[in-house]
Amino acid sequence: MKSLKITSLLSLLFIFASCSDDDDVKLINEEEVITTLTVTLVDNATNQTKTFQSRDLDGDGPESPVITADNLEANTTYQGSILFLNELEDPAENITLEVVEEGAEHQVFFVSATSLQTTFTYEDADANNNPIGVDFTLTTGEASSGNLSIILVHDGDKFAEGAAAGDSTNVGGETDIEATFPITIQ
Amino acid sequence: MRFFVWVSFLWLTTFTLQAQDCTFQLSGKVIDIHDSSALPYAIIKIEGSTKYAEADAKGNYIFKNLCAGNYTFEISHVSCEKRSVKFELTSDKVFNFKLEHHIDELNEVLLTGKLYQNKILSNSIQELNQKQISNLSNLSFGEALAQINGVSTLSTGTSISKPIIQGMHSSRVLIINNNVRMQDQQWGVDHAPNLDINSAANIQVIKGSAALQYGGDAVGGVIVSTPQKAPLTDTIFGSTIANINSNGRGGNLSTSLLKSTKKGWYFKTQASLKRHGDLEAPDYVLSNTGVQENNISFGFGLNKIDSGFNAYYSLFSTEIGILRASHIGNLRDLENSINSLVPSFIDGFNYQINSPKQQVNHHLVKLDYFKKIKNLGKLKAQYAFQFNRRKEFDVRRGERSEKAALDLELTTHQVLTQLEVRQFDRLALDIGVETSFQNNYANPETGVRRLIPDYDMFTLGSFVTSTYNLNKLITIDAGMRYDFTHIDALKFYRVSRWEERGYAIDFADIILEDFGTQLLTNPVFNFHNFSSSLGALFKLGEETEIRSNFSLATRNPNPSELFSDGLHHSIANIELGDLRLKQEQSYKVNLSLSQAFKNLKFEINPYFNAIDNFMVLEPSGIETTIRGAFPVFEYRQTQAQLWGIDAEASYQFNKQTSLQGQIAYIYAEDVSLNQPIINMPPLNTRLELVHNQPNWNNLSLSVSHEFFAKQERFPDLDFSTLILNTETGELEPTLINISESPAAFQLFHVTAEMPFKFNQTDLRVRLQVQNIFNTSYRNYLNRQRYYADEMGRNIQLQIQFNY
Repeated sequence: MKSLKITSLLSLLFIFASCSDDDDVKLINEEEVITTLTVTLVDNATNQTKTFQSRDLDGDGPESPVITADNLEANTTYQGSILFLNELEDPAENITLEVVEEGAEHQVFFVSATSLQTTFTYEDADANNNPIGVDFTLTTGEASSGNLSIILVHDGDKFAEGAAAGDSTNVGGETDIEATFPITIQ
Repeated sequence: MRFFVWVSFLWLTTFTLQAQDCTFQLSGKVIDIHDSSALPYAIIKIEGSTKYAEADAKGNYIFKNLCAGNYTFEISHVSCEKRSVKFELTSDKVFNFKLEHHIDELNEVLLTGKLYQNKILSNSIQELNQKQISNLSNLSFGEALAQINGVSTLSTGTSISKPIIQGMHSSRVLIINNNVRMQDQQWGVDHAPNLDINSAANIQVIKGSAALQYGGDAVGGVIVSTPQKAPLTDTIFGSTIANINSNGRGGNLSTSLLKSTKKGWYFKTQASLKRHGDLEAPDYVLSNTGVQENNISFGFGLNKIDSGFNAYYSLFSTEIGILRASHIGNLRDLENSINSLVPSFIDGFNYQINSPKQQVNHHLVKLDYFKKIKNLGKLKAQYAFQFNRRKEFDVRRGERSEKAALDLELTTHQVLTQLEVRQFDRLALDIGVETSFQNNYANPETGVRRLIPDYDMFTLGSFVTSTYNLNKLITIDAGMRYDFTHIDALKFYRVSRWEERGYAIDFADIILEDFGTQLLTNPVFNFHNFSSSLGALFKLGEETEIRSNFSLATRNPNPSELFSDGLHHSIANIELGDLRLKQEQSYKVNLSLSQAFKNLKFEINPYFNAIDNFMVLEPSGIETTIRGAFPVFEYRQTQAQLWGIDAEASYQFNKQTSLQGQIAYIYAEDVSLNQPIINMPPLNTRLELVHNQPNWNNLSLSVSHEFFAKQERFPDLDFSTLILNTETGELEPTLINISESPAAFQLFHVTAEMPFKFNQTDLRVRLQVQNIFNTSYRNYLNRQRYYADEMGRNIQLQIQFNY
């Protein structure tokens, strides 16, 4: 009889516990995702602006990023800047600010196909005086075409050999962004 | 007339006297009701007479010159409850008396391990006893179990290990802690069991699903961990074990204390602490592989012969660093890691545990009560509460590394009522009903989409298991179980994923709300499962035993298989669950032959497991995100067949020296696609030579050798995709070699151990060198084999006090 009592008591406890659950479930908008990479290039001489963009509004969902790139002028020097956005937030969150704030852990690398006549120079620096790459200069050579890849590396070794000159070979770390743009210089 | 009566009377008397020839013989054994083992020196008295027999050391008894008639026998044994048995004797008879062995001989029982019995006799069972557990006290639960033949570990790095039983792991292996089925998010391959090895006094591995009282879904097997039981005497005892390790520069400390009284009251407590910093491979530091663990448990209760209760609480709390180099961004990073021989991130030795890391707390509260019911058996009721909080931290931007990327709270209530019918001489019958309620809550504060959604789960199961002693030679066990499971989940899907999965067509009616880019859905599942088991134990003489078992297990898809939907940084893949998955069903035949010759003992355990609707995770394509390209892994259901054999033998050269060997092999085939199944343990062997030197204060020395062959049977899941070559700037088609297994390896270990006896205490000192030759190797069953070598040499000093 005693065991029956205990069993019923336990069952009661169990039922209480089962009912105390709330059914509200909150939508999560991902905080950390970078959905959009926008490169703005300004030709100081003519004030002309060119843009490259990679935009992936479903994050790690099945859709591929949408890639757009303007054609560049030959033998021109562009002031470049990069904007990282999380457009899942409303209004869109500017992630560039975070990247710059944690500049010592981040670096943007520009990888051009050998066929593409471009030269990049970093124009910014982190607390250790290593480049970040959010601000840069892009100088084009003769008319040519090829892929340009922009990589944002997180937590790599920014003191590694060649890193400050823009060579990612020895940097390691993990890739936060990798976008490849087909570029034509005309 | 009177004369006639007298004559008849005389005649009758003569007849009776003639019939009472009194030449019958009654013989047999006195055995333990639980496991049919012999009970030596039991006394069997014939009620109403002075006749009695005493069983010998092997439990054998004999009565000679008995007359025909009805007899009542009273059987008694020092450590058992008295029992009487009635039957009629009409001829010579062989009969086994059964007694229920009680736990008032703790010391003896601890030595023999007999305290922790198992009811399934037909399934191959192996165990770790208290001595072995003490030796392994420094290891995690999963690593320690790998000592058992046929058990391997699936690991994620150096500190997360899950047991694999005969090729199966995670949701296919049930872990029972103190008679409670662990609900610790066991579905995840990188979720180690939340159980402290030091909290166990005995661990059994049942290599099959025959133990239906624990669940019907043990496709691989069941691991039963039992804490220290209290003796029925006035005593207090305890033990403390300290381990110091050179590799990781840390160690652990575990201590336990138990006080009990003759009246049946007891109180026990146990606690352990573990700390180590970065582990070291032979050539480099494995950065961020430190571990912290704090565990405590206590219990009290009253155990009388006819009733009793127990209360138990345990907390398992751990923080585990994950190899920094294993957190990668995209396929190019993965390809770099595979091709580079060293991890992409190596730092100096450090005790700090940074992201990526896991923090897990597991609470278990258990209350149980039992009462013996005359002429029926034992009624048991048990309530268990488990709360599992798992936080996983990723390398994140903007100070978010401090914020968990995954934060799950899993709460489970279980009620089990069981009736153990023991009134029949030959038949032991268990009937039980188990019900549970589970809630999973995924904390939205993470700012990362939920990997596992919020859900409620209700289960109701009932089972009947039985053991029947057919005769001296054969014991049969059989069981059946039915389980009902109801799952009610609230899951957000990205609209793009919802459509890509084809759910828009199949599951349109489960959408609750449309948030634009995401949909809130309400998947509901009801599963009805049957499982069963039939087997027999043949005792062909004292030294030969054959066990054979056939069992059917049915397993529901787990939350990860149903709902997974997102990126895993640890292996750079996108993992997708499937709402359409069905239950998988396993048909397993398990045979075991154990035989002892003079100095040679061996056991051979072949098995065959055929699994319908086997759920397997496989790459199905590539998806590109702004981070770059990732392989997509999807669940597929197929027909699987596993053939395997576990064998072990030991040979005693003389009183001082013995040799033990183990070998395990498994052949696993996806019969639908005619290809091997992924992540199966390769052929492995273990050999240990032990030498004891009594005149050197009982110094014991051992040398052991472990060999793991290269797993030649793996499915070719390599795929080719465009990867950026950072030298040329071109996207080049590249083959990603994720399938290839690492090379074979062998390891040598040496151990020296010496006991010291004092008045009240025992001291044991043990020095071990693991991986003496500091061999560099990688293990196929480590999910981080792409990134780094396994741990190098370790020197361990263990000191144990028993008091």
